[in-house]
Amino acid sequence: MLADKHKSEIKAILKKYPAKEKRSAVMPLLFLAQREYGHITPAALVEVAELLELDPTEVGSLIGFYTLLHDEAAGKYRIQICTDLPCALRGAEELAKRLCANLGIRLGGTMTNGLITVEEVMCLAGCDKAPTLQVQDADGIHYHENQTLGSAMELIAELMEKGSDG
Amino acid sequence: MSQALVSLTIDGVEVTVPVGTKIVDAAKQAGIEIPVFCYHPKLESVGMCRQCLVEIGRPKIDRSTRKIVRDKNGDPVIEFGPKLETSCTTPVGEGWVVLVNSERAIEGRRQVIELILTSHPLDCPICDKGGECPLQNMTMAHGPGKSRFLYEDKMHLAKHVPLGDLIFLDRERCIQCARCIRFQTEIVDDPVIAFSERGRKLEIVTLSEPGFASYFSGNTTDICPVGALTTADFRFGARPWELNATASICPHCAVGCNTMLNTRREARSQGRVVIKRVMPRQNEAVNEIWLCDKGRFAHHFASSEERLARPVIKLKRRGRLTATTWENAVKFVVEGLQAAHGAVLGIAGGRASNEDLYALHRLMDGLGGRAVLHDQMAGGEFVQQAGVGPGTNLADLGSGDCILVVASDLHEEAPIWWLRVKQAAERGAKLIVANARPTRLDAHATHILRYDYGVAAHMILGMLHEINHQKELDQYASAETKKVAKVVSKANNVVVFYGSEGLDYAASHDLAQNCATLLAASGHVGRANNGLVAVWTHSNTQGAWDMGVHPEPGGLAAALKGQKAAYVVAADPAGDEPLLTSLLEQVDFLIVQGLFLTETALAADVVLPAQSFVERDGTYTNGMRRVQRFFPAIAPNEGMRADWEILSAVAAAMGIDSARPSAAAVMQDIAAKNRDYSEVNYPALSRNASQWPHVGGKDIYFGGTAHPNHQGLGVQLTPRVERQKDISFDWAAPRKIAHKPRYLMVPITKLYDRGTTVVQSQVLGPRLEILRLYVNPEDAERLGMIDEGEVEVQWDGRKQRLRSVIDEHVPSGAVLVPRSLGVPLATAVDVKIRPIAL
Amino acid sequence: MAEHILLRHRDIPDIHELDVYLSNGGFDALKLVVQKKTPQDVIDIVRESGLRGRGGAGFPAGVKWGFLPQGVFPRYVVANADESEPGTFKDREIMERNPFQFLEGVAICSYAAQAKLAYIYCRGEFWDLAHELESHIAELRKEKLLGRKLFGKDFSLDIRVHLGAGAYICGEETALLESMEGKLGQPRLRPPFPAAEGLYGQPTVVNNVETLTNVPPIINRGANWYNSIGTKESTGPKVFSLSGNVERPGNYELPLGTTFRKLIFEHGGGIPNGRSIKAILPAGASAPILPATKKVLDTGMDYESLRKIGSDLGSGSVIVVDDSVNIAWLAQKITSFFKHESCGKCTPCREGTYWMSRIFENLENGKATSEDIDLLDSVAQSIVGKCLCALGDFAAAQVVSDIARFRSDFDARAKDGK
Ligand SMILES: Cc1cc2nc3c(=O)[nH]c(=O)nc-3n(C[C@H](O)[C@H](O)[C@H](O)COP(=O)(O)O)c2cc1C
Ligand code: SF4
Ligand code: FES
Repeated sequence: MLADKHKSEIKAILKKYPAKEKRSAVMPLLFLAQREYGHITPAALVEVAELLELDPTEVGSLIGFYTLLHDEAAGKYRIQICTDLPCALRGAEELAKRLCANLGIRLGGTMTNGLITVEEVMCLAGCDKAPTLQVQDADGIHYHENQTLGSAMELIAELMEKGSDG
Repeated sequence: MSQALVSLTIDGVEVTVPVGTKIVDAAKQAGIEIPVFCYHPKLESVGMCRQCLVEIGRPKIDRSTRKIVRDKNGDPVIEFGPKLETSCTTPVGEGWVVLVNSERAIEGRRQVIELILTSHPLDCPICDKGGECPLQNMTMAHGPGKSRFLYEDKMHLAKHVPLGDLIFLDRERCIQCARCIRFQTEIVDDPVIAFSERGRKLEIVTLSEPGFASYFSGNTTDICPVGALTTADFRFGARPWELNATASICPHCAVGCNTMLNTRREARSQGRVVIKRVMPRQNEAVNEIWLCDKGRFAHHFASSEERLARPVIKLKRRGRLTATTWENAVKFVVEGLQAAHGAVLGIAGGRASNEDLYALHRLMDGLGGRAVLHDQMAGGEFVQQAGVGPGTNLADLGSGDCILVVASDLHEEAPIWWLRVKQAAERGAKLIVANARPTRLDAHATHILRYDYGVAAHMILGMLHEINHQKELDQYASAETKKVAKVVSKANNVVVFYGSEGLDYAASHDLAQNCATLLAASGHVGRANNGLVAVWTHSNTQGAWDMGVHPEPGGLAAALKGQKAAYVVAADPAGDEPLLTSLLEQVDFLIVQGLFLTETALAADVVLPAQSFVERDGTYTNGMRRVQRFFPAIAPNEGMRADWEILSAVAAAMGIDSARPSAAAVMQDIAAKNRDYSEVNYPALSRNASQWPHVGGKDIYFGGTAHPNHQGLGVQLTPRVERQKDISFDWAAPRKIAHKPRYLMVPITKLYDRGTTVVQSQVLGPRLEILRLYVNPEDAERLGMIDEGEVEVQWDGRKQRLRSVIDEHVPSGAVLVPRSLGVPLATAVDVKIRPIAL
Repeated sequence: MAEHILLRHRDIPDIHELDVYLSNGGFDALKLVVQKKTPQDVIDIVRESGLRGRGGAGFPAGVKWGFLPQGVFPRYVVANADESEPGTFKDREIMERNPFQFLEGVAICSYAAQAKLAYIYCRGEFWDLAHELESHIAELRKEKLLGRKLFGKDFSLDIRVHLGAGAYICGEETALLESMEGKLGQPRLRPPFPAAEGLYGQPTVVNNVETLTNVPPIINRGANWYNSIGTKESTGPKVFSLSGNVERPGNYELPLGTTFRKLIFEHGGGIPNGRSIKAILPAGASAPILPATKKVLDTGMDYESLRKIGSDLGSGSVIVVDDSVNIAWLAQKITSFFKHESCGKCTPCREGTYWMSRIFENLENGKATSEDIDLLDSVAQSIVGKCLCALGDFAAAQVVSDIARFRSDFDARAKDGK
């Protein structure tokens, strides 16, 4: 249960918003649930709804709208490569394609070890250092810019090592 | 209330409307149709479908002088904006020139409808909405001839998605207007459906458990402008143009929603005419254009195979029932009644119509007996005196007004009143909710009062004290009662809804009396939008009181003492209370009129098959004392008669009265005898007036598929205080509560019980309540009970085993059990509870 | 420009440290306004400076602040840090490298708006940045630069960071507010504008990060100093995000009105790989494309000049396109961006972006003819001017301008799918 395990964090999140407006805390709480469980499970959704006195529908309907929220399991690390126009003009589509080929997955797919998922995303505001990607995992979201196939593979190797440790 | 007015021209027509009116409504009033999809007059404007685009010209204003610029003729110079604007979101402005049918506006709307059609399947011939579909109509009127969007490029989506037990969604047909979602959030505060995803993937979802289970879900299928939402009851059942429509009144609760019964002959039912669906019929003073799901989906009992179809008699008590002719049956009844020599008791239920109740009363009178109502709740006479009068409409209550709801769970007992009271509170009315336990209305209350079961009337006296300062009332006053009494006395208008949760006959009598006295003392009677409303358990309980048929303090057991014959109409006392069975069996002659072979009927000497409300005409008087008419929608089986007709025949045969030819004639008798009903007659009940919003007609997209009301809005009775200036109100000293029982078992009302009229619904099945005993967590602990465990309850020498549920909303010391689910409990009783070891 | 006003870290690299910021005059402006000026004074100064919103619409900031209804409290300030326009990465650099100037701007705006609470709505991807901002804010609380009774006056303020979760539309101010309230980020009907009914239905100022970062220097140096920079109607410095086929992509702080030529060739080092420039997207995906003619290259980047040549300045994110690029490919790319980001609330955008995307797919797969390009154009035209928010118009205007200005690229693609 989130409420027991992350008591102080939940309290801090709720404190950010006026007491009457605790619905605002829904996205931070969903992020919390996602970090805890890897994705937002039906049980977590009900839990968040209860914390905020909302209907589960009001909470769960957000997941499909926002691209950083996931209700389905994927790799422990989601590698999200920007292939939007500015990055595409600097070779990002090619990078994404070759990276996936190297890993033996399709775009959007997950490696059989369950650690790495590679996805395409829209502009990340890192266009001057294109190609840019971000890694979404239990720690949050981190940027990696000026990527080449080599640097991306290195990054994935590091993540796989880290991921299989713990 | 006078309102500032604004004048403008729409397609050359000059219109004058109140400030704030949306252009689309102003156009509507001028007879100019602007197509809409997302806009609905009962919902907040969102301007999302963009279908209602028009050109708007505004008088040009000189920036420096801030005056209107005029041309050489002195006419204001009109400036049109670069964009078309949504008429559903834009309030009118003085001197504006709106063009609905200009070339540019027409072209703009044509483009929008073409865009809508890129996603929408063109499967009208197999769509439930075909024939009453706004999109279909609009495509005919404004759409492109053929699609430029290739069929194979369309997105293909799931077509039969159950959102719950009652409502199905066709994802392909949904045009994302959000009417259903907004209805659920804004109007009924049940946000169990929502949009998820985005862009073209935007879709309606429910993640609630158990899905789309709102009590009002059916309304979304009316206001859905396409065939995306359908009911489990009607989907693929018939085409709208095959249906006949007959006006009716919902028989399920005291609100008296106006309905339309859609019927059709059906091969499946051996060519009989059957009800295919129940639709709301507009009555802005009663149900607006809404219905609760019970009203919509619990109609199957009327066409049940188990209906009694021929009179039956039992020659010897406990002998076999044998079918007979009506002639014989009536003769048999007459003989039985004669033998009783005046020791007869009429017993009626609150579902009987005014005409039936009057006829019963008249017959009993003629025989020297009396007629009583099989019910536990009292206070009808106070509603007659201090009820809400003509001109009352809950929609008029808002800021500055006050509503008090006491001893009732409106959401379960009278859903449409719950909805309208909630909306009044949202408009700013102060809402005081007083009950022994929390109910859904609490969420909208400005003041919540709690009391122990049984002492509702005391609480009202506490409030009264603040107004009349009588010393004897000191004992009832508290800081809380003081506070809410101030709210009541300051309010412009006050309406009090009283119910009977946890109250017996005497306690509900006191409650009604004290509420009436409070209203009178604070100056809130005898005017529109002020007065007392009873949340009766049946559709015509108030009518019964008005016809002189009401419960007696000692209940049926006392009333039956010494009776030789009993005549039961539209009631099943033995089914409700098995202990009454032996008392009923003790009378020499028992006559039962009804729809089904009930427990009571099984004990009878004669059983007479009655017509149901769908097979005959008649009137009900709702809890607000509006008398309303229902009409025959289905030709009855030859063996059935209307209750009043049977009673009248018996009275005639006994020389008491001449037989009446029609229900209308009975109403004439009522009007002649009963001062309150002197203005009531069938033509008057059938009068209607124009209502806003306009529904029905060719522009069904405007209000949805709710039916317009051409059959009458009914007559709101005048409370006696308005006529008789000498009526005075006094409070009733509440009876002392002798002892506080350790555990009080309280029957509560749930909308979907298992009463005969509900349990036969073919679609409500999964939604019906399950019998459970609800216990407070501390009491459960003290008793050693577990959640979902089994317990034995004992009361009045009876025993029953029940599943128990631990529920923090139950007040301590009380255990709650829903009515009509198998525990025969009319009123709160002392119980012993014993958990059963596993 | 020698001195950086917004990207001050380029002159003072450690300015993201509070003591460095303070020793370089940091929070003098806030102190000054709180101690010496009324909220109305601040609004007047900002209005006189001519500062226009840097989030895209270019609405004068001081005028917007002046719209707050009298006597309605509480009020809120929300900094729009959703920065998701393709090719825009200026707010991120400001917040990463010169965060305190931005935060001081938020505080001054809050003082002017008499708001006690300000939120920074960061796009969800700015996870690390948001956490950094939070620790900067914690420092400010510790130094009593935020909190109760600031500078001994009756002004209290707290700033909090709110993270979005991935949705471009949440940059649109009313969608942003919906999102902050925990709902789907779909735009609201306007009016009412946020100034009248914004966050939680209360009066709210929503401004872009860069806009707010301009405020401390305006207070410190005065409106006249400020409006001497830039053009008459587009005053002040602007951070231009330069990306695409250009030698040195990056942010460049230049006065409004600087020409494309100067930005792309002088600062950006021109076009790499010996290619030549074909077209310019002056405002990411959100404004009509411009062929890189001499006239265009010599046009000043300010709100008025760009409108005159049939485009918009938007948030000043210049994407350079070289002659190897087929504009129909680019148009498809942008259309799928908008299709992906359309919130779905209003019909023309939801259906129109889908329909256009389908035509593009057919074009790509060699299943389309020249007639389909006309259809594409007509679908785009039928979206224009009918949407609830500007996103739909952005999407349509892109396609309309791409076809109008580079039709031959479309015809070529229709022929060979390239
Ligand atoms: C689709 C769309 C996306 C937008 N995205 C952003 C954004 O990412 N950042 C931003 O500051 N403004 C964005 N805006 C503009 C905002 O709606 C709003 O005008 C701005 O935040 C106001 O601040 P300003 O006056 O300081 O520019 C966007 C507008 C639209 C229509
Ligand atoms: S234009 Fe697009 S993003 Fe804006 S409201 Fe309409 S659907 Fe949503
Ligand atoms: S936008 Fe006006 S009816 Fe939908």
